[in-house]
Amino acid sequence: MIVSILFYLFAALAIIGSLFILLTEKIVYAAFSLLLILLSIAAIFVLAGSEFLAVTQIMVYAGGILILLIFGVLMTTKLQDGEVLVPKSNKFWSLLLGGGFFILLFFMISQVNFALLSWMQSPEKAVGEGMINKLGTLLMSDYVLVFELAGIILLVALVAAALLAGERIKEGTKA
Amino acid sequence: MIGLDHFLILGAVLFSLGLAIVIARRNAVMVLMGIELMLNASNINLVAFGYHDPNLMQGQLFALFVIVIAAAEAAIGLAIVMKVYRYYYSADLQELSKEQKIV
Repeated sequence: MIVSILFYLFAALAIIGSLFILLTEKIVYAAFSLLLILLSIAAIFVLAGSEFLAVTQIMVYAGGILILLIFGVLMTTKLQDGEVLVPKSNKFWSLLLGGGFFILLFFMISQVNFALLSWMQSPEKAVGEGMINKLGTLLMSDYVLVFELAGIILLVALVAAALLAGERIKEGTKA
Repeated sequence: MIGLDHFLILGAVLFSLGLAIVIARRNAVMVLMGIELMLNASNINLVAFGYHDPNLMQGQLFALFVIVIAAAEAAIGLAIVMKVYRYYYSADLQELSKEQKIV
C-alpha cells in the first residue's frame, strides 16, 4: 500500500518536472528541475528492487552529468537583461510528435498481456538481501567483457571530450 | 505491489516528454537534457522488466550499461556544444541553421 503511494508520488514528481522543463524559459531552473526528475527516478528504481542502480543513478546522473550540464549552461548562454532565457520554437511539431508517440506507446502497452510471458515471475519471492551480491558476481563473471568495454568507452569518451573542449596550444607559438 | 504496466506507462510518458523537449527547445544544452530524460525513461522500462525476472538480472545490468553510455554521450555532446559556441558565439540551433553556418 505505502509502496504504491510512494510510487505514484515520485512518478508525479518526475512528470511535473519534465513538464516544467518543457514549458519554462529559464534554463537554470530547467537544470534544477532535471535534478528533481533524476532523484525521483532513483527512488522509482529503489521501489523496483534495484538499489545498486539507484545509487549509481544518483552518483552518475545527479553528481556527474547534471554538473556537466550546468557548466555547459553557464558557459554557452548569453545574458539577456540579467536573466538567462531560452525561447521555444516548433511548438506544434513537438506537441504532435510527442503526443502521437505517447498515444502509440499507450495503445501498445494496453494491448499486451505481460502475464503470458514464460519467464515472468512474481517479484516478492526473489527480491531480497542478496541482490547486490548477485549483481556484483554477474558483473565480474558472465558480463566481464562488457564491463571492461564499458570502462574503455568511458575513458576514451572523457579523453575525447577534454581534447575537443580544451584549447589547443600549437608548438612554437606563445599561448 | 505495483504492476508492470504502471512502470511502462511512466516510462512512456517520460520518453514522450523528452521527445517533445528535444523538438521544442532551441538551445543545444536543453536538447541534451531532453536526450538524458529519454535515456532515463528507457532505463525505467529495463528495470521494471528486470524486477519481474529476478534470476538473471539482465534488466539491471543493461540499465547499468545504458547509464555508462549516457555519461559518455553527455561529455562528448557538451564538448561539441562548447566548441561550436567558441566558433560561432551561439548555442541556439535555430540561429545556427538560419544563418547557414552549420546544421
